[in-house]
Amino acid sequence: MIRFPTRPLVGPLAALGLAMVAPAPLQAADAQVVKIDNFTFTPAALTVKPGTTVTFENDDDIPHLVVANDGAFRSKALDTGDTYAFTFTKAGDFAYYCGLHPHMQGKITVAP
Amino acid sequence: MTNHDDDSERGGISRRHALECMIWAGTGVLWTMSGGVPVSLNLLGAAQAAEAMTTGFTFLQISDSHIGFDKAANPHAIDTLKEAMGKIQALPQKPAFMIHTGDITHLSKAAQFDNAAEIIGGAGFDVHYVPGEHDVIDDDNGKAYLDRYGKGTKGAGWYSFEQNGVHFVGLVNVVNLKAGGLGNLGPEQLAWLADDLKAVSASTPIVVFAHIPLWAIYPEWGWGTDDAAQALSLLKGFGSVTVLNGHIHQIMQKVEGNVTFHTARSTAFPQPAPGTAASPGPMTVPAGQLRGLLGTSSVAVKQGGQELAIIDSTLA
Repeated sequence: MIRFPTRPLVGPLAALGLAMVAPAPLQAADAQVVKIDNFTFTPAALTVKPGTTVTFENDDDIPHLVVANDGAFRSKALDTGDTYAFTFTKAGDFAYYCGLHPHMQGKITVAP
Repeated sequence: MTNHDDDSERGGISRRHALECMIWAGTGVLWTMSGGVPVSLNLLGAAQAAEAMTTGFTFLQISDSHIGFDKAANPHAIDTLKEAMGKIQALPQKPAFMIHTGDITHLSKAAQFDNAAEIIGGAGFDVHYVPGEHDVIDDDNGKAYLDRYGKGTKGAGWYSFEQNGVHFVGLVNVVNLKAGGLGNLGPEQLAWLADDLKAVSASTPIVVFAHIPLWAIYPEWGWGTDDAAQALSLLKGFGSVTVLNGHIHQIMQKVEGNVTFHTARSTAFPQPAPGTAASPGPMTVPAGQLRGLLGTSSVAVKQGGQELAIIDSTLA
C-alpha cells in the first residue's frame, strides 16, 4: 500500500529525463542574476516567470544604479560587488537603465 | 594666444596640439583669460603665460577627485588629490579661485565629502563646485551635495558669478538622466540660463563649467549632453565662450566658432580614450605612469585681450 502512491509519480518523472534534476532548474527560475560588467547589463534581455527575484550584481570598478523606466524599482548606488534584488510579480515588459550611465539599458520580461 | 590666433589651422587650434592634449590625461588645468578667452597655459609659451598672469588673473580647474575610490586603477585617490593640492599651493602665481567640475566623491558618502572638503578647502582658495553624477547618489538624490555646496544656487545646484569682468556659469547636467540618454540640463535650467545671460553684454567673456562634456565626445560611452545644443545656442551672441568639463578623465579640446571646449584630467584615475577599451571604466596603468595621467588645469585671463590661456599640469 505504501509503494502504490509513489509509482504514478516516479513514472512521469523518469519519462521526462531532465525532470529527475527538477529541483535545480526550479531554483534557477525563481532566482535570476543580471551581471553588470564593462558598463553592460548581461543578459540585456531576460525572461522570467512571475514571482522571480532578479539580482543585479555590479562587477565594475565604478558604481551603477538600476532604475526602471516606469519607476517601478530603483536600486541604491551599487559599488563594486554590491547587489540589488527585485521580485517581479506582475507580467509585462520592464525596461530599465543605469541611473548614472543612462546609455546602459536592459529589459526584464515577466511572462507566465 | 599662440594657437588660437593662428587661423591658418582649422578651428584655431592645431591638430598636433589637440593630440598632445589628448595624450596628457589627469592633474588640473590652469586657465588664463588671455584677452577675454580662456586658454590653458600649456598652450602658451612661458613668456606669454607670465605676461598673462601679470596683466590679468588666473583660476584653477580641478576635477574628478573621486574621494573614496580605492580600486586597482588608483588605490589611493585621496593621496593623489593631496598631491594635486600641494602643487596648486606651490604655484608661484596664486590663482584667484578654483573651480571643481564634479565627482568630488566616489559614492556621495558624508565622510567622502568631508575628506574632500578638508583637503581642497585646506588650500585656502575659494572653490566653486558643480556636482558630478557620483556626487548625487546619496539616498536623498543629491541632498548631501546641496547641503554642502547648494547655498546661493538654483535647482540642482546651478549658479553664475562675476570675476574681473568675466561671467562664470556653473551648470548641472548629472540629474534626472533619462533612459538611453546622455547628460541632461533640463528645461528649468535652460530657462534660467536664458534669463541669466540677458544681463550680460556680448563683449563679456563667458566661462561655462559643468561635469559632463557639453559637446558630443563619444555618445556610445555617454560622453555628451542631450540638450547642450540649446545651452550653446543661448551663448551664440557672445564674443568669447569657454566651456570647461570633467567626467572623461582626460584632456580633449575643440574650438567651434566663438566657443572653446576643454576637458580636464582627474586627480584620481585615468580613463581610456574613446573606443579604445571595452568600457569607459577606470584604466589601470603601470604604477610609474599613473601620475603622468592625473592633473589639474590653470587658466589665465588677460584683461582686454581675446583669449584665455589654459595650462594643464600633471602630477608627475
